[in-house]
Amino acid sequence: MITLLVLTLLAQDPLEGLSPAEGKRLFDGQCAVCHGIGGGGSTGPSLQRPTLPRAATNTDLVKVIQEGIPNTQMPGAWQMTEREARLVATYVRSVGKVEQAAIIGDPANGQDIYSKLGCANCHIVSGAGRGFGPELTAIGLRRAPSHLKQSITDPAAEIPGEYMTVRLTTKDKGAIKAMRVNEDSFTIQTKDGAGRYQSFNKQDLTKVEHLPKESLMPSYKTRLQPAQLDDLVAYLAGLK
Amino acid sequence: MKLSAILLFCAALSAQVPFTRIANSELDKGNWLTYSGNLEAHRHSPLKEITPANVANLKPIWIYQPAIAGRFETSPVVVDGIMYITEPPTVVVALDPKTGRKLWRYERQLPADLQTIGFGRVNRGVAVLDDMVYVATLDAHLVALDSKSGAVRWDIPVADYKLGYCLTAAPLAIKGAILTGTAGGEAGIRGFVDAYDPKTGQQLWRFYTIPAPGEPGNDSWAKDAKGNETWKTGGGSTWVTGSYDAKSNTVYWGVGNPGPDWNGDFRQGDNLYTCSLVALNGSTGKLKWHFQFTPHDTHDWDATEIPVLADMTIRGKPRKVVVMANRNAFYYVLDRDSGEFLVGTPYAKQTWAKGLDDKGRPEVIPGSEPSVEGTLVWPSLQGATNWFSPSYDQANGMFYVATREMGSYYYKGEAEYKPGTFFAGGGERALKPDDNYGAIRALDSTTGKRKWEFRLQSPPWAGVLSTAGGLVFGGTNEGNFFALDAKSGAPLWNFQTGGDIAANPVSFLVDGKQRVAIAAHGALLVFGL
Repeated sequence: MITLLVLTLLAQDPLEGLSPAEGKRLFDGQCAVCHGIGGGGSTGPSLQRPTLPRAATNTDLVKVIQEGIPNTQMPGAWQMTEREARLVATYVRSVGKVEQAAIIGDPANGQDIYSKLGCANCHIVSGAGRGFGPELTAIGLRRAPSHLKQSITDPAAEIPGEYMTVRLTTKDKGAIKAMRVNEDSFTIQTKDGAGRYQSFNKQDLTKVEHLPKESLMPSYKTRLQPAQLDDLVAYLAGLK
Repeated sequence: MKLSAILLFCAALSAQVPFTRIANSELDKGNWLTYSGNLEAHRHSPLKEITPANVANLKPIWIYQPAIAGRFETSPVVVDGIMYITEPPTVVVALDPKTGRKLWRYERQLPADLQTIGFGRVNRGVAVLDDMVYVATLDAHLVALDSKSGAVRWDIPVADYKLGYCLTAAPLAIKGAILTGTAGGEAGIRGFVDAYDPKTGQQLWRFYTIPAPGEPGNDSWAKDAKGNETWKTGGGSTWVTGSYDAKSNTVYWGVGNPGPDWNGDFRQGDNLYTCSLVALNGSTGKLKWHFQFTPHDTHDWDATEIPVLADMTIRGKPRKVVVMANRNAFYYVLDRDSGEFLVGTPYAKQTWAKGLDDKGRPEVIPGSEPSVEGTLVWPSLQGATNWFSPSYDQANGMFYVATREMGSYYYKGEAEYKPGTFFAGGGERALKPDDNYGAIRALDSTTGKRKWEFRLQSPPWAGVLSTAGGLVFGGTNEGNFFALDAKSGAPLWNFQTGGDIAANPVSFLVDGKQRVAIAAHGALLVFGL
C-alpha cells in the first residue's frame, strides 16, 4: 500500500494544478535578470522553446531550478520553497509552448508540394536535400504554423540572425550577395547559393552591407493556391 | 661573513615585492606588479619593443589551458620570472613566463551550496606584496599564499557567502594593507571596502558603502511602504579593484548599484553611496569625499569601473584628478583631493539624461525609468563600459576605453528581500545582436572628446592595454586579439584565439623580450616578436 502510494506520488506531474501567472512573479524577480522578462533570454539562454536540453521532464525542470546546473552560471534557487520552484517551472513551461493553432491542411499533399517546388534544393529534412538554408527536420517543434506560413510567403519578414543576407563589395571582383555564416571585427564568412563557403578579410572589401530585410529564399506567395499553402504548412508543422 | 650582511640578504629574500616597488612600478618596466599595472590604474606598459612597424610579426609564444573549464577573466601579475594567474572558479597558479609551464597550483574547495547571484564563477587576479600572493575567493574569504610554493599562510572569512557576498576582484596591495571589495549587488547585501594586515590577515578597517543611521548619507534611504529599513539591503557592491594615491595615502574605489536594481520605489532617495566613487583614507578607511554619478539608479549602472589617477591641466589649471568612463555612458574628470566635478561628457550613446549640471548631477529625462511594459534606454544594463579596464597614456594624454553600444528594454517588477536570493525587481531585454556594436575609443582625457574609434562587431567584454611602443591592444567576443595604432586607431594586427575574450591584457619582459598576455575563454595566450 505504501509502495503504491509512493509510486503514485512519483508518477504525478509536479506542475499539476499550478498557475503560470503566480510563477511569473517569482520568475520576473529572480530569473529574469539572466533569462530576460518572458524568458526571452538575456545573459542566460532563452526559455521560449518547447524542449529544454537540461530539463526534459517537469521533474527535471524543478530540480534544475532548485539545484542549478554545475559549472554554469545557473545557480540553484535553494532559497525557494518546493512549491515556489514548481510555480516557476510552470511558468517556464508556459513560455516554451509553441502556438497551438489548428492545422487545417493535408500534410501528405504538402509533402508532395515540398518535393515539386524543389524545396530540397536548399533545405534538408531527415537527411535528404541540400543544406544551404535552415534544416527543417524538426521545424515543427521550433516554429508555430503561422510563422511557417509567413516564412513561405514573405521570407524576408523575419530572418534569424544566423541567416543574415550580406552584400560584400570586393576591390576587383564586384559585389557578391550571400548568406553570412560568421563574422567578427576583422573577417566575414559566407555561403552562396551553391553551398560554397568563402572567407574575406574586411580590409580587402570596400563595403560590407547587412541586408536584414532581404532573404535569399524566394517568396512562394504567388506560386501557391491558399489550400496548397495550408497543405505545405501542415507538412512542415508535422516535422517533429 | 658579516651577520648584518646575512640578515640583509634574508630580509631581501623574504620581501621580494616591498610596497615601494609597487608604488614605483614605472622603474620596474619588465614586471606587472599589480592588477592595473600601477597603483594609479593606468594599464599602460612602458615597454616599446613592439611597435606599429613590427607588430605584424607578433606570434604566440605559448598557450596555457586551465584544468577546470569556465569563464577565464584573469589579469596576470608578473614578478621576477614568475607569472601568477587565477583560474575559475577559485584557483591560483604560478607559471614560468618563459614557457607557460606550471610552478605551483592552489585550488580552493568551494562549499557545495555556494551560489553566485547575478554573475559567473570567475576570478580576475591576485595581488602580491613582499613574499605573499593574495586571492579573494567566491566563498568570500581572503587567502594569503606563500609566493614560492602556493602554501596557505592565512585564510580569513571576509563575509558570509550564504547572504550573497562573493569575491571576484583582484585584491589591491597598498601601504601596509591588502584591500578587497565584494560582489553581491543583486542579493541585497550591504557593500564594503575592507583592509587587512598583510602579514596576519587581521582586519584593519571596513568602510561600509551604505551608511548606517546616524551617519551622513543614511537619510538618502527612505523606508519602503512596509516600513523596512532599505539601507540594510541597499547593495553598493565593490566588485572591481580600485586605485591608490601613495603620496596622499588615498584609496579610490567604485561602488555598485542599489538594491533592488530596477525597482526604485522600494528605496526613495539618492541611495548613497551607490553608483559613486569613494575616496578613503588608506590607514583608517575614513571617507574623504564621495561623488555620485547616478543618484537613485534604476538601471544597474554600477560605478565599479576603474578609477584612473592622473595629473593634467584642466581649463589652464594643473590638477590632480581621478577620471572614470562610467557605465552610465558619461566620462568624468574629478579633482582627486576634493572630489570636485570638473568635466562630464558622454562617450557613448545615452538616452537617459539631458546632460549634467554644474555639479555633475545628471538631468534625468522623464520616462527613462524601467516600467512594467518595458522602457528602451541606451546604454543597456551592462553599460557603455563595464568591469574590463581602460588604459591611460600620460605621455599623450589619451584615455582608451572599450565601449559597448547597446540598448535595452528595462522592466520593473516586484521584489521582496530574502537573504541570499535575487533582489532585483525587474530585468532587461537587450536588442538583437546585429542592432548593437562595440568600439575601442580614444578620448582626450582632459575633455572626454573622442579622437578616434575602431569599431567592433559586438559590445566587448575585454579591456585594453596601451604601450609606450605606440599600440593599443584589445579583444573581442568573437575571439580576435588585436593591436591598433595608438595615434589613429588603425588596425595593425589581429589573431584569432578561438574563444571569446573577457579579460584584460598585460605586458612584461622575458629575457629582455616584450611579451603581451591575454586570457581568452579557456586559454591564456602569450605573444612576442
